Amino acid sequence: MKLGKLALSTAATAVVLSSLLTSPHALAQAKEQFFPVLVYRTGAYAPNGTPWANGYVDYLKLVNARGGINGVKISFEECETAYATDRGVECYERLKGKHGGATVFQPLSTGVTFALTEKAPVDKIPLITAGYGRSESQNGAVFTWNFPLLGTYWVGADVAIQHIAKKLGGVANLKGKKIALVYHDSPYGKEPIAVLQELGKTYGFEVQLLPVAHPGVEQKATWLQIRQQKPDYVLLWGWGVMNSTSLREAQATGYPREKMIGIWWAGAEPDVKDVAEGAKGYSALTLQHGAEPNSKVVKDVLELVHAKGQGTGPKDEVGQVLYMRGLLSAMLGVEGVRKAQERYGKGKVMTGEQVRWGLENLNLDQKTLDAMGFAGVMRPVQTSCLDHMGSSWVRVHTWNGSKWEFSSDWYQADEKVLRPMVMLASSKYADEKKLKPRTPEECKK
Amino acid sequence: MGFFLETLIGGLMAGMLYSLVALGFVLIFKASGVFNFAQGAMVLFAALAMARFSAWIPQWLGIDSRFLANTVAFLLAGALMFVVAWLIERLVLRHLVNQEGATLLMATLGIAYVLEGVGTSVFGSDIYKIDVGMPKEPVMILEGAFEGGLLINKEDFVAALIAGVLVGLLALFFQKTSTGRALRAVADDHQAAQSIGIPLNRIWVIVWCVAGVVALVAGVIWGSKLGVQFSLATVALRGLPVVILGGLTSIPGAIIGGLIIGVGEKLSEVYLGPMIGGGIEIWFAYQLALVFLLFRPQGLFGEKIIDRV
Repeated sequence: MKLGKLALSTAATAVVLSSLLTSPHALAQAKEQFFPVLVYRTGAYAPNGTPWANGYVDYLKLVNARGGINGVKISFEECETAYATDRGVECYERLKGKHGGATVFQPLSTGVTFALTEKAPVDKIPLITAGYGRSESQNGAVFTWNFPLLGTYWVGADVAIQHIAKKLGGVANLKGKKIALVYHDSPYGKEPIAVLQELGKTYGFEVQLLPVAHPGVEQKATWLQIRQQKPDYVLLWGWGVMNSTSLREAQATGYPREKMIGIWWAGAEPDVKDVAEGAKGYSALTLQHGAEPNSKVVKDVLELVHAKGQGTGPKDEVGQVLYMRGLLSAMLGVEGVRKAQERYGKGKVMTGEQVRWGLENLNLDQKTLDAMGFAGVMRPVQTSCLDHMGSSWVRVHTWNGSKWEFSSDWYQADEKVLRPMVMLASSKYADEKKLKPRTPEECKK
Repeated sequence: MGFFLETLIGGLMAGMLYSLVALGFVLIFKASGVFNFAQGAMVLFAALAMARFSAWIPQWLGIDSRFLANTVAFLLAGALMFVVAWLIERLVLRHLVNQEGATLLMATLGIAYVLEGVGTSVFGSDIYKIDVGMPKEPVMILEGAFEGGLLINKEDFVAALIAGVLVGLLALFFQKTSTGRALRAVADDHQAAQSIGIPLNRIWVIVWCVAGVVALVAGVIWGSKLGVQFSLATVALRGLPVVILGGLTSIPGAIIGGLIIGVGEKLSEVYLGPMIGGGIEIWFAYQLALVFLLFRPQGLFGEKIIDRV
């Protein structure tokens, strides 16, 4: 009797296991490239996090609608971080091994990036931090799994000063000027300080630091100090409600918005649309792209995703600044996979390690970008094992009271200034963590 | 001197707004002995309702007048806050009569999460505008006495004025009306109040309704200043040091506490901040409240704690 029961249960288990192993779902999973999506659709930063997440997910859907990455379909799963570092790490741990393993993480938070920088090498999963994260992680010899593609905060700080110098009629006119940095009191907000101070010493301008505590709804004292000290320019390094509050306080204290320049995280529709006329004249850097409602890729998203009822967010948000940032971020991850497939086999699912190779060998020239629908949206990106940033082109756009308009030519960060700083900071990090930087020979493997 | 006065005036006006938020805490604690952690969520919920109704009403009713649309939206949002108060009493408080204060406090934490979740699900999590015509441009006064004059933020001035009037009305309501006295009796002792015929459930609905209206006014003012978004829920954190300092049971305490905190944090940020790295105003307010706690645990105007052995 006992033997009979044992045989029966063994047979039942075998049937269940074999059906699980051969089910269409399991087979489908094995052929899908899994993209975990860390988002914040709730909490204080939701108005800015949501369009980014919608753009990111819509692009993944677009790739699937176009047939996948050389036939490999993308699967994805969202995890809500609420812009909290602990929850971001929790999401990473939950998703890193799901659906055959994560392809790449994009946390959209400098705090979460700091926390994951030590985990990614252990799990062999690349981190793309397009336009945020640790600036020194540009050095791929030390930060082997971080990819601050398109630009870092140091790039932003350098270009902001270049832009001010141009307005003043040359870098010589920066001497004796006072530039205030109103920043989110967090790792994100503190990132540009080192570069600004370095440039201040070089060009002879004074940097005034004005931190604003999270979430930034109370800034009266900050703007009274600005009114008293009358800086020549104000750099705004905020996120979420802090940006619109800064603009409202600038209006309430009479500080000219034309003298304010924001980083690319302080230059989107949620930052200005409610301030409207009060923000007119305010400029912000762009991470290459601005609002791009007329681009080919946006038209494709509308046609192949939204028109089929599969759009992630509202239709009128498609093409807005943060939506485009999310879309571009997803595109960079997808192109990393595509590049990896060129080496490790087209039509195959890539591992995190293989995708890292792809991201280290990205070469998106203008022709490729134009063919993908990014004509006029962005310039070429070319990474290497030692340069994980790949591009440092920046434009400036200005709020005209109802929409963002480009107001400058292209700038490129001054590598002569930034490269030594990147090397110094990254070697300090390597010493602290007892890491052996990769040599150019190791990169060739 | 001019700059010091500007900071002082700015602090006083900000303090008046903190008083308004603190008032929500005081009202509910005074009348039911519950420390209402959901006050911030109520401010957010009320502001979301007001912002969305004021946008929807012109579409629904074809009204062109902004004043009329705002008035109808305010009334609707007020009615919604009444429904919220009634539901809170029905679904939560009624089942917790005579429970420990900590139990009630935890229940309000739950209410906060429900209100935040329901509010953003129903009304959305985008940034919404409340345009009640508050002036945005600054005004300069005493330009002859001080170089560059004294800058007054008109929006803050109007907001402080509204907050002041509301605080005054509520003080009168508590002191001079029979309902106000009944509310205070319930706060002193639930069972004793019931034994002399005060209907506990009705009183709780009333007090949560009043707190809802206060949250609505606070939501309209802060929403007009910042835009209506999730961060409004954190505005309640500005009221906490105020009630610690002023006393949980005192309406004048909420006013004086608000003014002290407002002035204290602005002056500290401007004069102490640069010496210790800046960004100190939020924790400085709590630090100030803690110092007061050391000397007067019941706050400046709170009732003395007397324990009989």
